[in-house]
Amino acid sequence: MGPLSILIMATVREAVRRKLVILALLVGAAFLGLYALAFHLGSTDPHPLTTATQRLMHRQDEVVFTALGTYAANFLTALLAILASMDALSGDVASGAIQTLACKPIPRRTIFLGKWLGFLLLLTLFQAILLGGVFTVAASFAGFLPPHPLHGAALLWLEMALLLTVTMLWGTRLSTLANGVLSLGLFGLAFLGGFIEQIGTLTQHPRAVTVGIVASLIMPSEALWRRASFVMQPPLASLFGLGPLTNTSVPSPLMVAYAALYLLLALAFALRLFSTRDL
Amino acid sequence: MLGPNGAGKSTTLKLLLGLARPTAGNARLLGLPATEFAARRRIGFLPEHFHFHDWLSGPELLRLHGRLFGLSGDVLRRRIPALLARVGLDRHGAKPLRQYSKGMQQRIGLAQALINEPDLVFLDEPTSGLDPLGRLLVRDIIAEQRARGAAVFLNSHLLGEVEVSCDRVAFLRDGCVLATRDLRAGATCAVRVRVRARRLPPAVWQRHQAAAGPLPLEGAPALLQVACEAELPALLRALIEAGAEVFEFTPEAQSLEELFLNIIGRAAGGEG
Repeated sequence: MGPLSILIMATVREAVRRKLVILALLVGAAFLGLYALAFHLGSTDPHPLTTATQRLMHRQDEVVFTALGTYAANFLTALLAILASMDALSGDVASGAIQTLACKPIPRRTIFLGKWLGFLLLLTLFQAILLGGVFTVAASFAGFLPPHPLHGAALLWLEMALLLTVTMLWGTRLSTLANGVLSLGLFGLAFLGGFIEQIGTLTQHPRAVTVGIVASLIMPSEALWRRASFVMQPPLASLFGLGPLTNTSVPSPLMVAYAALYLLLALAFALRLFSTRDL
Repeated sequence: MLGPNGAGKSTTLKLLLGLARPTAGNARLLGLPATEFAARRRIGFLPEHFHFHDWLSGPELLRLHGRLFGLSGDVLRRRIPALLARVGLDRHGAKPLRQYSKGMQQRIGLAQALINEPDLVFLDEPTSGLDPLGRLLVRDIIAEQRARGAAVFLNSHLLGEVEVSCDRVAFLRDGCVLATRDLRAGATCAVRVRVRARRLPPAVWQRHQAAAGPLPLEGAPALLQVACEAELPALLRALIEAGAEVFEFTPEAQSLEELFLNIIGRAAGGEG
């Protein structure tokens, strides 16, 4: 086994030993349990669905509910990506544990990549469980599966990987606390930017749309969610009112490409920053 | 390396180990540029503020570090129990490091520094926080490493520890080596000798006096100095041949503390 796989395993073991894995699984199970219960209560309508309109309305509810579940699963994954990894490098640097690792005959980038890939692996599993759970609940209670679930899941995976990478990028130089503030701040900024863009589109204020797009360029995480949400909704369910589930302004595939490039550049920059810093 | 706090001892180690980048110049380890893995493969390191991943057990920590050195499972299966026994941690098995006392952490750190049987071991303040038994263990391990043929590079400000363990010492202050000394027995450095004699010959006194001053009173002790231990018999002979009646002739090894205060203190005085 090479040093990279040794360090990936060490990261996974750290997450298990520090009870990150068991707590994430418990939170995920609680979320899915609650979601299943709510879906069950919502879908067992006391009134029989007689007319086509009633059936359509009912289906509309199920679609919204599925989108809501997907949104919550994505939000949990995004938060976990930031919270779990914000300590990954700065913690080891602050404690000095990095010193005996960094003087080994391995490149610094291997240490970074070992942690990054370890977290990516764990978060991918977490996301797969959550999204798979939401889709399974929707399929079993309503017989409804969102269109293009894999395409959508891939976009949400990209969002998670992006947040992880950016958080670890700042972790190469900032303290854990400062990194947490910055990374959560950027995540919030992207969310707010997306919201402003939607309002701007609805109220036909091009400047607001521009502000939203700029926010998405600074941090494209929310744009990926909106693209995924658009991909995974049936064409009929176009308007649910204003909110994070709304698709009044859908980011283009170009924004997705931009986010992927953003991730790669952040990774390259992080490797460089970590390789050149004093420990 | 000896020096007061902030002298640059740990920084020097970091530069040698590739943990920090020099603003100028370069470092070589074992004849290779310090950044080359071929050099790093042959070194061991115990940092000053050692802290290891405390969710690992002792054997797990050693296995992780051993494997990062590229050691095979077979080698590690043999080496880990032997090292744990050597540092007195063989009965703590699967206990995570977070339950270790400070002394135990230092011991596992020491074992970690030796996992690859390094040719060069850097120990940064290895006995800080250790009880007397722990200090004795470190001293013995340093002696063993030397016997094995490894070089041990010790950073310390505990003079007694250095006096016992080291062959050579460099005095560091403000990032500069102020002086180096060979501490081995019979080394060529000035030896002082306390002489109590009647009719101390003024010619010998003037040539060998340790510090400028008048000829001591009859029978009072005089402090003489020779360039090295080998010159002591000649001094004694010179005294007797010049007619002195010698009652006492005691060479005084200059203590490291004296040397330290002399060298570091002198530099500090020069600054003030």
